[in-house]
Amino acid sequence: MKRSDLILIVLVLCLAALPLAGGAYTLRLGTMAAMSCILALSWNVIGGFAGYPSFAAAAFFGLGAYTTGILLGYKVPLWLSLPIAAGLSFALAGLLGAVLLRLRGHYFAIASLALVEVLREIVNHATDLTGGGMGLNIPVTAGTDIMADARFFFYAMWLVLLVTTIAVIAVSSSRLGFGLSCIRQNEAASQMVGLNTTLYKSIAFGLSACFVGAAGGVYAAWVHYIDPTDVFDILYSVKPIVMALIGGLGSSLGVMIGALLYLVLEEVVWRNYIQFHSAVLGALIIALLLFLPHGLTSLRGGLLLRRLRGA
Amino acid sequence: MLAAQVLINALVLGCLYACIAIGFSLVWGVLNVINLAHGSFIVLGAYGAWWLYHAFGIAPWYALAIVAPLFFVFGYAIQRSILNQVIAAPVLVTLTMTFGLDLLLNNVMIYFFTADFRKLTLSPPVGSLSFGGVVVPVDRLIALVLALALTFALYVILRRSRTGRAIVAVRLDRDAATLMGVDVKSIYAIAFGIGAVMAGCAGVLMALIFPISPLVSTAYLTKAFVVCVLGGLGSVSGALAGGLLLALIEGVGSVLFGPALATTLSFVLLIVFLVVRPQGLMGRKGFE
Repeated sequence: MKRSDLILIVLVLCLAALPLAGGAYTLRLGTMAAMSCILALSWNVIGGFAGYPSFAAAAFFGLGAYTTGILLGYKVPLWLSLPIAAGLSFALAGLLGAVLLRLRGHYFAIASLALVEVLREIVNHATDLTGGGMGLNIPVTAGTDIMADARFFFYAMWLVLLVTTIAVIAVSSSRLGFGLSCIRQNEAASQMVGLNTTLYKSIAFGLSACFVGAAGGVYAAWVHYIDPTDVFDILYSVKPIVMALIGGLGSSLGVMIGALLYLVLEEVVWRNYIQFHSAVLGALIIALLLFLPHGLTSLRGGLLLRRLRGA
Repeated sequence: MLAAQVLINALVLGCLYACIAIGFSLVWGVLNVINLAHGSFIVLGAYGAWWLYHAFGIAPWYALAIVAPLFFVFGYAIQRSILNQVIAAPVLVTLTMTFGLDLLLNNVMIYFFTADFRKLTLSPPVGSLSFGGVVVPVDRLIALVLALALTFALYVILRRSRTGRAIVAVRLDRDAATLMGVDVKSIYAIAFGIGAVMAGCAGVLMALIFPISPLVSTAYLTKAFVVCVLGGLGSVSGALAGGLLLALIEGVGSVLFGPALATTLSFVLLIVFLVVRPQGLMGRKGFE
């Protein structure tokens, strides 16, 4: 295990102490933070390790949310619904991945975007099962006490984050992670030396989907009401990418820090400029890509100092 | 009779789809950039038409002459100031960059125009023509003719003018074009400017027919995607074929399965095309 992985684990464990510190608002923020970290770390598996620009996260977030929501409606307990949602996301992503990951660059990006649209439309029209455009009401799983509720869902999301972190670290230090970085650098060459690239890419796509599905499930149980435009929002696909870009592609620790930083920025913008929040987000993206294209982890202390001195 | 009506509707809609997609296809082909802000450009053009009509009484078909140069300057400036900085970066960076632009532009439009749907209503209304039971509204007919004219104009520009040939040359082989003395950066900016002009003009035509709101920009963008993939990148004829095919699929799909499933159908088709025939119906390397 590398040092940065250790820091990552410590960071996640520290987050668990949050309920000691604050009230319901802090816990809501903490739950959002854990969710963002799950999305960003998951995206990094396919986007950062394997180098495939996937926009499919929203598809699996929505799939997980609806799977969990429907199962909870049939009185299946949450601890069972979440693994089912994750497993379903993994299976679907793995199968679709075997087909879609043959595409490269722009074409893969578009296909993954289209996946979100297809799933949303299907959910929209399967009115009997999902309630269609009217949305889905989800029975209350935790207690009725506000603080107990907030604490319960914070820990549920945090648990998913913990599993995600462990899985991501395991991937990056395993044969799979090595194979994925070979694929990113030169796919044809890695195929030539006998790497089963299709299998590796499918597993990576599946892994990047399953925790997102679980996070969607917790989200659905948490907010008690979901509708297709909410959980299949394309922003769930784009925000993890921005977070990863802030932190620096490929590095799990960087991505996680990027996610936390992004969340702080978003919260500040929401509070102060509600009218312009997405414009500020857009301007932030543009500025980031123009001035810091390799993310925060590309900044080294010494380099920064030299730059400051030079200026 | 129903079949004839469906065909006519598909023809009109298909030409408009082609008009929406053609600028997108040009930018994608020449700059290798997917402009996610294309949908917002279209809506901005539609607001231009709406505003010119309601503030000054300028009819949309004249508004084209005002909107087009403004959009050229707009697109040229965006390309020169922002996109040229990241043009050589990986796909992910340019995609995220244009998404940021889209967020910014869309929010500004929501702020100034609100998210309400507006409709440009011509007074007096132009009415509709009827050929033995097949009804064609005149405003749609005008939009059809203008869309075809714009598409043809772009074709002529790319085919005949010196700049147009330079754009095609850059698309075919950037390095060779540079060696022949083509200023690639300025060609990029011009191509992006033309892409913006086509988006703005498509918006003006859309304003003639459909209600306008910043919220519909995604729908236009996804139409552009599907048309480009169906027809194939890199040719005016490809965009036209893709547009007509998409409109036909949507029209026939609506009649057979109901309008709700038509969108799903077109997206499923998009994925199938991407996997089976990524170069599209008429895709090839040159843009002409």
